[in-house]
Amino acid sequence: MSAIVASHLARAFGPTRALVDFSLSVERGEMVALLGPDGAGKSTALRLLAGVLRADSGRATVDGLDVARQAEAARARLGYVPQRFSLYGDLTALENLRFLADVRGLAGVAWRERAEAMLRFVGLEAFGHRRAQALSGGMRQKLALAAALIHQPRVLLLDEPTGGVDPLARQSFWKLLTRLLRQEVAILVSTPYLDEAERCHRVAFLHRGRLLVQGTPDELRRPLADRMIEVRGGAPDRRLEVTQDLGGVEERQIFGATLRLRVAAGRVHEVVAEVARRAAAYGATDVAVRLVPPSLEDVFHYLLAAEPLPRAA
Amino acid sequence: MTVPAARADRLTKRFGDFTAVDRVSFDLNPGEILGYLGPNGSGKTTTLRMLLGLLRPTAGEAELFGRPVAAGGDDLRQQVGYMSQRSALYDELTAAENLAFYALAYGVRDTRRVRQALDEMDLAPVAGVRAGDLPSGWRQRLALAGALLHGPRLLVLDEPTSGVDPLSRRAFWDRIYALAADGVAALVTTHYLEEAEYCHRVGIMIDGSLRAIDEPARLKHSALTGEAWDVWAELVLETLEALGSEPMVARAGLAGDHLHVIGAPGVGVGDLVRRLEALGFRAVRAERVEPTLEDVFLALAGT
Repeated sequence: MSAIVASHLARAFGPTRALVDFSLSVERGEMVALLGPDGAGKSTALRLLAGVLRADSGRATVDGLDVARQAEAARARLGYVPQRFSLYGDLTALENLRFLADVRGLAGVAWRERAEAMLRFVGLEAFGHRRAQALSGGMRQKLALAAALIHQPRVLLLDEPTGGVDPLARQSFWKLLTRLLRQEVAILVSTPYLDEAERCHRVAFLHRGRLLVQGTPDELRRPLADRMIEVRGGAPDRRLEVTQDLGGVEERQIFGATLRLRVAAGRVHEVVAEVARRAAAYGATDVAVRLVPPSLEDVFHYLLAAEPLPRAA
Repeated sequence: MTVPAARADRLTKRFGDFTAVDRVSFDLNPGEILGYLGPNGSGKTTTLRMLLGLLRPTAGEAELFGRPVAAGGDDLRQQVGYMSQRSALYDELTAAENLAFYALAYGVRDTRRVRQALDEMDLAPVAGVRAGDLPSGWRQRLALAGALLHGPRLLVLDEPTSGVDPLSRRAFWDRIYALAADGVAALVTTHYLEEAEYCHRVGIMIDGSLRAIDEPARLKHSALTGEAWDVWAELVLETLEALGSEPMVARAGLAGDHLHVIGAPGVGVGDLVRRLEALGFRAVRAERVEPTLEDVFLALAGT
């Protein structure tokens, strides 16, 4: 059985259907990213799997244990890092870990050895006696990870663990996750960073509480293969001019000194030829056009293009 | 000759023994979008604050529109829109009331500007919603609307898209491009490296120094000494571990079902494949790919 299994999970808050018929599984040693706009249901899905929120219907298991009916046993197998930092700012790193070890039933002297091992694992061994609130953002997230790992869970649920953290600190956080994968931990992580999603084995894309699509990053990019075009060089006005009102173009987006076009399937060569023809006709010989591989960001916008965002009100 | 919207001339700030910003120089021209990257604590916000005249430099000079910031008065400030990391919104006021307050503070007399600003940022549907009840993406858009209300010619945005999903981020950037097309200059800090690709030029701050500043495409060639490869092999995590101590490799990381690797100078993709095969790895495949700005960032930051 998969390490994480969500089976037709649903949860509403009043009239809002936060999560609808959500099914997903994560294997041991696998890392899956949850992606989607704000309010898509990512945090709700993680909270239901962590057993901190009860589902209206459906079932969730971690390591084969039902998170609702075998809550205690399930909780012993999972580590959860919520979106908001939830450790005590006025306690030191070690005191926070001790508190959690107590909660987790790690009795007596065992906690200290385990806590120090976890601080070493996340590279904070020199900061055991520093108060959590005096740690940098990246270090606080590493402490939160150490706390979630104190009882050696087999499943890790992470809700935007690197939000607001700089790229360097994010890189070292992800190295830790990679090491956990080698220990066959299953990881489900939500993230607003598409470059982080690229690093996961699979990506699950949520929108308005529903799972729109899931697959490897390559599988998700496949529908856009041979459909993304980049126009660069020349003056910005010229780039706009040579791509104005082109047949077969579904989306045109400015990216700094380049324009990126999404083209209808099967029309890419026609569009490239037309852009090149116009550039030559306008004497814009410095404008270059080429086919580029789709990014996950292209996929994100492609998936959401069909339906506009719901209005907050 | 164009007068730069902003100019930093050997800007330096020391706090005691600590040099937060060390001789940073750059020009920001009208219509240009400059991305400002760097790890936390590398001096980005301190640079912005000196540029805005909110913090006095230890040495060097900041100019806005060709005039020293130090000498600038209210009329200089009128030309600048600043969005700080902690947006100055009143949670208990509605979106429209927050903007009306900005209008008052900036002396904007035209009462239609508030409605116009709401429309420009697609905020009309939430005009009556208290700022405290808005999701983070909407809050950030409201904060930007506030910074734009008085029609500034220079925008200084400190992590404006932190905590904002990719869809709202794109809406955000569409607005910034529209303004740049009208000649507004923008200086934007961000932790999203895919966003930095949107900028005309990108500056990278490391430990208080502006380590590089150039167009994204050129940075990828000037800042990286080795090639970028995507590498597949049967045991991907074991391969990653082996590459961690491999002299042919400058840096390696997981990228889904494969690895993204930056080679040491002068090493070719064939050399790497042969090396991995010699180490006993099977089904090794590698191809050269375009480096990313993350590769550039991590190379300059020295990991």
